[in-house]
Amino acid sequence: MPTTLSRAADGTSRRRRGPRTWLAALPLLAFTGLCFGIPLGAIAFGAVTRTDPATGATQLTGEHLARSLQGPYLGSLLGSVQLSALTALIGSVLGVLIAQAVVTSRSGALRSAALTASGVLANFGGVPLAFAFIATVGISGVVTQLADLTSLGWSLYSFTGLAVVYLYFLIPLMVLVIAPALEGLRPQWREAAQNSGATGWQFWRHVGLPVLAPSLLGGFVLLFGTAFAAHATAAALVGGSVPLVTLKIADALSGNVLTGQENVALALGLDMILIAGLVMAVYLPLQRRSARWLR
Amino acid sequence: MAAMTSPAPSDTAPRTTGAASGDRPTARPRGRRRRPAVWRGAVLVLAGAYFLVPLLASFVFTVHVPGQGITFEAYTELLSADGFTESLLLSLGLAAATIVLSLLLAVPALIGVRLGSPRLRPVVEIMCMLPLVVPPIALVTGITTVLRWGPEHLSRTPLYQTFLAVQNENFPFVLVLAYTVLALPFVYRSLDAGLRAVDVPTLVEAARSCGASWPYVVLRVLLPNLRASIAGAAFLTLALVLGEFTIASLLGFRPFAVWIVSISGAQARMSVAVSVLSLLITWLLLLALSRAGTAPSTAAAAPATTSRKET
Repeated sequence: MPTTLSRAADGTSRRRRGPRTWLAALPLLAFTGLCFGIPLGAIAFGAVTRTDPATGATQLTGEHLARSLQGPYLGSLLGSVQLSALTALIGSVLGVLIAQAVVTSRSGALRSAALTASGVLANFGGVPLAFAFIATVGISGVVTQLADLTSLGWSLYSFTGLAVVYLYFLIPLMVLVIAPALEGLRPQWREAAQNSGATGWQFWRHVGLPVLAPSLLGGFVLLFGTAFAAHATAAALVGGSVPLVTLKIADALSGNVLTGQENVALALGLDMILIAGLVMAVYLPLQRRSARWLR
Repeated sequence: MAAMTSPAPSDTAPRTTGAASGDRPTARPRGRRRRPAVWRGAVLVLAGAYFLVPLLASFVFTVHVPGQGITFEAYTELLSADGFTESLLLSLGLAAATIVLSLLLAVPALIGVRLGSPRLRPVVEIMCMLPLVVPPIALVTGITTVLRWGPEHLSRTPLYQTFLAVQNENFPFVLVLAYTVLALPFVYRSLDAGLRAVDVPTLVEAARSCGASWPYVVLRVLLPNLRASIAGAAFLTLALVLGEFTIASLLGFRPFAVWIVSISGAQARMSVAVSVLSLLITWLLLLALSRAGTAPSTAAAAPATTSRKET
């Protein structure tokens, strides 16, 4: 009885309140349109047009995009993709190992501590991380001096060094993403597999991994996207000795601007957005799939 | 109270696995149980070392001067360091403005969408989530292009004054706008999680039928229920703005993160000291946040990292 009443009331008030609630969302939509839409439009527009400084005439052109896919620019794109793929792969594997170790441990305190720490560490990067590593394994870093790493050919300011630094925030990220999925592996499945005479390997091969696959892939893709968009860490650390697309864009923007440099920066930005969009397009469906198991 | 108004944080998930794995009726209990313990310990020790050594080493680096011994100069001289207070205050001011602006935009929109415009919901969600797809560095290229239009095309229009005003050195409002865009995904997720735990239409109906005015409903009925998720959104935004480097440095401003990099050449020890401090502060913030139980669902918050720390 009360339900029908409230539902009726609901229906009438809904109709009456419709336009007003719609207005509440208007400022947000207007803001994103202005402050996010216009810069995006400027990127797309600048990447595919050329404005003649003398006449002010604007024409469509593919030259900026073509230039952004040649020579040193292409090298930086490939460098970024390589670094991101490598760190995402290593970070995924190590993250899964750590998450499995944490999830299967019987101590609840360890588990919540590890997950909280991961949440914090995954959000830690950028400038402070770069300096922490410079102080640790940089040229005059503490560990470098103690272990005499330089004689072993170690350099922080290189592709390898950057990968080691990136893993510092990528591994915790993977732990965060994969822990719920590992928690969702029901012990009953394992028992059922064992009672049917399956070995541990067979259980993982036929039950565990297929169930985890979407989460694993989703995590990998997410790590890739994160590493790909990273700029501050690399900027504070290597400054440009490693070819990365984010550093190239920063150079083109702030450096000695040759004519057309800004447009190439815009084209590179567009390349990045396309790759990042692709990453998200892969990640979101995977996340939805893996969510099915996590009831 | 937080537990009542916010979703359970992910790390207090039901512990079925732990409990059940203990009493596994396996045929070979002994071999099975001892081996995992060894690899688990090894993994955890190695991971702990990898994550703790840089922090400890950073601290040692700041207090130990080779040939001189232990000194805390790097920390004591901070306050008098050139530009430290200015840049920190600038960052805090930007953070406050960003938090206010993003909440003012997001809270009414989300409540409104819950109340009466369910069809707008996907639109609002996509609008808030899109910034995750655009790396901050790409966003900067767009912003600089737009800012260049000012002198180029608008120098005779009143808009030009606005362009100059938002780029004021003392308080670059353009950064607040950019940071609000970057913060929207986290603010949205945090608030959405909070709203999911509250039956908004029923609450509003009840309050309205008791004769409460609309402002009263929002301020005294809805906001108290969202306190935890609003705090969470504010914390995440604060952490984001304090650590943001990319946009600020490329637009030529000098908030905290940019200042750290700018002194690193001349005062390496101090730049590491500031990094350690800012790290600890950020951690305390985020720990407070996860204590409050409003840590947004982890997988969802994951892309945060890039924009938060990696900007």
